[in-house]
This record gives sequence, structure tokens and C-alpha cells, in this order.
Amino acid sequence: MGNSVIVRRLGLLAVLALCVVLLALVPHLPSYYVRVVDSILIYIILAVGLNLVVGYAGLLDLGFIAFYAVGAYAYALLASGQFDIHLPFIVILFIGAAAGAIAGVLLGFPVLKLRGDYLAIVTLSFGEIIRIAINNADDLTNGPQGIAGLDRASLFGLPLTTPVHFYWLLLVLAITVCGGVYYMERSILGKAWRALREDQDVVRGLGINTTTLKLLAFALSAAIGGAGGVIFGAFQRFVSPESFTFQESLLVVLIIIIGGVGNIVGVIAGAVVLVVLPEVLHFAAQYRLLIYGVVLVTVIVLRPGGLVSPRFNLGFIIRKVRTLWLSPSKT
Amino acid sequence: MLDYFLQQLIFALAIGAIYGLIALGYTMVYGVMRLINFAHGEFFMLGPYVYTFIFSGLIGLGGLAPMLDSAIAIIASFVIVGLLGVAIERFAYRPLRAYGRLAPMLSALGMSIVLQSAVRVTVGPQPVHFPAIVPSTPIDALGGMVTTVQFGILVAAVLLMVGLTLFVNGTRLGIWIRAASESWTTSSLLGIRVNRAVSLVFFIGPGLGAMAGIMYASYYGIMQPTMGSVIGLKAFTAAILGGIGSIPGAMLGGFLLGAIETFGTAFLPILSFGYIGTEYRDVFAFAVLILVLLFKPAGLLGETVSEETTVAKKDY
Repeated sequence: MGNSVIVRRLGLLAVLALCVVLLALVPHLPSYYVRVVDSILIYIILAVGLNLVVGYAGLLDLGFIAFYAVGAYAYALLASGQFDIHLPFIVILFIGAAAGAIAGVLLGFPVLKLRGDYLAIVTLSFGEIIRIAINNADDLTNGPQGIAGLDRASLFGLPLTTPVHFYWLLLVLAITVCGGVYYMERSILGKAWRALREDQDVVRGLGINTTTLKLLAFALSAAIGGAGGVIFGAFQRFVSPESFTFQESLLVVLIIIIGGVGNIVGVIAGAVVLVVLPEVLHFAAQYRLLIYGVVLVTVIVLRPGGLVSPRFNLGFIIRKVRTLWLSPSKT
Repeated sequence: MLDYFLQQLIFALAIGAIYGLIALGYTMVYGVMRLINFAHGEFFMLGPYVYTFIFSGLIGLGGLAPMLDSAIAIIASFVIVGLLGVAIERFAYRPLRAYGRLAPMLSALGMSIVLQSAVRVTVGPQPVHFPAIVPSTPIDALGGMVTTVQFGILVAAVLLMVGLTLFVNGTRLGIWIRAASESWTTSSLLGIRVNRAVSLVFFIGPGLGAMAGIMYASYYGIMQPTMGSVIGLKAFTAAILGGIGSIPGAMLGGFLLGAIETFGTAFLPILSFGYIGTEYRDVFAFAVLILVLLFKPAGLLGETVSEETTVAKKDY
């Protein structure tokens, strides 16, 4: 008995150590791979943010990328030669998140009485309107050419220029966002969102203001999207409306569904699969998209509930670790 | 000014008819399955490609009378694209019925990628010239200039819409479709083969989409693999505008969207003294949609679903 506990604890330690070592090894990979990992982390942040709305509150938002665009353009306008404003990165990070949240509330306020597909199409329209407006407001955003030559970012005196720098930043941010959302998921707020997803009339009957709940989900997820956009802008040092198409919104939704709705572990898995898959398929040249689509449909048809089972979530892993460590006899 | 207005009106009707035909596919599928079929725009794109394939095949075999060749190719593209729709429903959507509404929607999205890239791989990504089915000659209508193509599109689309309405309201199969849209469970209890109704919808919807594609391609004289994405999105907007699930609503929504777009594009720069240009055409269409939904949350002709009787309490 005692022996097996030690073995299991060692096994657990080994798994945790392996994760840490893998994450620590990433910066030593060739630059291309670091960029792919960066991109995975950005999509994890976005998808965890959108998951608040789609996965927890059960509202389909097809225009999420608009908030990402708001963040990216916040960086582009406040840290470039466009208006010769050069604010520090960290300030813009908060401005971008706030601007995202405000946009989220502005969108959410009038449309949240709509249900289901009507909400989906209105958010979609909103995303398109933002993109077209960016495309045409030449004086402000430089139109389709986009804004190039954004400032090199730095954080507390540390430069943020190479993919490796962004890897560390994104890793910290992704862990923070996942942790924060996990905390929220377990709070009374998270429970209220889930109830909202199951039956909004009952939630209203219990005396909870559903509009406030929905607005909160919208604002928080939009803030995360905005912050992600700021980092994207600082990373690319170039923004143009092309990065914020309807297809991008759909990609984020796709990550959530492929991984497993309302499950942070699932979202991480989904982001890894959907970012890595097109990279792996580079060998297939012009057949790349075709194979990508076929794989997508096959995965959905074979595992309609997502790749990761709803039981295998962050809470499950934490419980497992805790029981094994504190009271191993119960496992 | 008046002849300019008339000319714009005919243009609005022609493009609106095309939107309406595509919107019908969205709305019928939504009616029976509560599914946003994101692959529907691709059926629209497939229409002209299948038509060209069949038509040139017939010509290659020697050909019959030119008009007969066209007619055969048109009917064949309706049938082929329709059957493709049935097959896609069978293999990509039906297995997902028990898994909520997000999974089939995303499967549809995947199918859209598959169809579009399949066409791109086989015929190449570049736009291809689409030969006119009827020669485009201008007609003078009350002072406005109309082409035979515009006129033909309008007539053909209206005929298809009238045909569909008669079919859905007057035949046994039409009753199946309407019953299945009303309530899946009740109609299967009453002995209606719901799966057949679904297959039928997935035959008619894509078929109509293909017809709209042929009209669109002969109007602009061009076809390309990506043409379904934007038009599909707009037609979906039209379906929502009219009230999704409602067949007359889709037609109304299509014409309305055509009118909003055309007159918005034509008169917006004049009314705003050149400040808002034609580039805001799409913003205009989407903004009208949002406004309509704010005041009529179920679209213009959609069933007003009260809070208590919402069919699907779980949105997603």
C-alpha cells in the first residue's frame, strides 16, 4: 500500500515535471516552432475568453474577433507613428481590455434580449460592421493597407521583441486567464451562467437578473479578446483588417467545439489541434484546405461532444492531484 | 431621375430574387432541423460549375439544339447539387442529431471548407468566364434600360418561388415538410417519415441554391470557387430578416435586402453629400438587419415566439 502510494506520487511528480520541462524547452526550439506555440497560446486565450459566452452562458457569439480587432487597433493607434502617440505596452494592454469590454457592453446591451440564432446573426453582423468600418475609415486606420511599423513593445524595461519573449508573456497570460476563468467557473457567478445555459426562464424565475449576467459574460470575454488583440498587435507589429474576418471568429468557435464546450482543458486541446493541423498539412500543398476540412468533419462526426470528455476538466485534474497528495488512501 | 430609379429597381429585383432563392435553402433547412447550414453558400457556388461541366459535356458529345442543351444542363445541375445536399445531410449532419445544435453547425462549416477547396483543387482558384445562357440585349422598359438577362433572372426566380409555394402548400410531400418544421415528434407520431422530409428539404434547398448560382454567374459572366462565401452570408441575413423558418419570409427578405443594398449604394452618397460612399453598402445591410431585429426579434414574417413558449429553451 505505502509502496504504491509512493509510486503514484512519483508518477504524478514525473508528469508535472515533464510538463514544466516541455514548457521550458520551447524557447530552445527553432524560431518557426516558437511562433506556432505563440499562436497556439494566443488562440487559447481567445477561446477561453469566448468560452465564457458560448460554453458557460450558452450564447452563440459569431463576431468575437471584433473585440480582438479593437485591442489590436488600440495598440496600433496608441503605439505607432500613425498619430505619433507612443504609450507603454502595459498601459495599452489595460486600455485594450477596457475598450474590448466597453465594445462588448455596447453590443450586448441592445441585443441580449434576442435568443439563439438571432443573437448569433446579430453578433456576426456586428463583427462584419467593425471590420468594414476599419477597412473604410482611412483617416483613422489607414484602411485596407493597415498600419505598419508599430512600436517595439517592452514590459517593465524588458524588451518584447522576439517570439521567445512573447512566448513567456503569452504563457503567463494564458495561465492567468485559465486560472481566472476556472475560479469564476466555480464561483456563484459560474453556476448562474450554467443555469442560464440550461434554462433562462428558470433563472429569471429565481430572481436573478439575466441581462446583467449575460452582459457580464459578454464584457469579460470581450476584455480578454481585447487584451489578446493588444498582444497580437505588439507581436506582429502590423495590423490590417484582413486579420479580423468572419472566418477568424468561426475558427475560435471551432476551437471550443472541437475541444469540448465549457471545458478549459478541452479548449486547450482544441487550440493545439486547430493551430497545429494546418501547419502539419503544409506538405499537402494545394490539398491542404481540403484535407483540413475532411479531418474537421470526421472529428466532429466521430466525437460530437468534443475531443476531451466533459469529465476530464481542470477541476478533475486538480482534485486528482490534491487527493493523491493529501489523502492517497481515498483514490 | 425616374428612369435611373426604374433601372435601379430592376437591378434590385434581380439581385433580390437571387438572394431570395438562396435564403429559401437556409430557411427550409432551419425550419426542419434548427440548423444554420453554413455549407449552403457552396451549393450556390457549385451550381454554375456543374452547369458548365454538363453543358460542355453535351456540346462535346455533339450537342442537341442549343436551348435544349442549356435546359438539360440546368435541370441536371439542380438534381446533382440537390443529391449532393442529401448525401451531405446523411453523412455529416444526421449522425449529430442527438448532440445539440453546435456540433451540426460546425460540421456544416467543415463541409463548406471541403466543398470550396474541392472545387479549387479541381478547377483552380482563378475566376472563370461563364457563358451567357441567353444573349444579353438591352430592352427599353418605361424609359429605364433593362437587359434580357436581368429580366430572365427575375422571371425564372419568381417561377421557382411560385412553384415552391404551390409544392409546399398543395402536395402531400409539402405537407410532410411543413409538419416536420412544426414539430418533429408529433409528425413522426402521426406517421410522417420525418427523415424523408429532411432529405427532401436537403434536395430542394441546395437545388434552388444552384439555380441562384447559375443566375448570378450569368449576370456577372464569371464564376469562382469563393463566390459562395459572401453571397451565402448575405442570403442568410435575408433569411433572418424575413424571419428564419418562414418560406414567404425568405423571399421577402431576399427582395428587401436587394432593395436596401441597391438603393443604399445608389442614393447614400447623394443623400449624405458624398460623405458616406458605396463602400459602406454592406454595413448598411447589416445595420438594417440589427435594427429590424431590435424591434421585431423574430424577423418580419417569423413566428413571434413568446418567452414562455420558446421551442428551444436551451439556446446553444
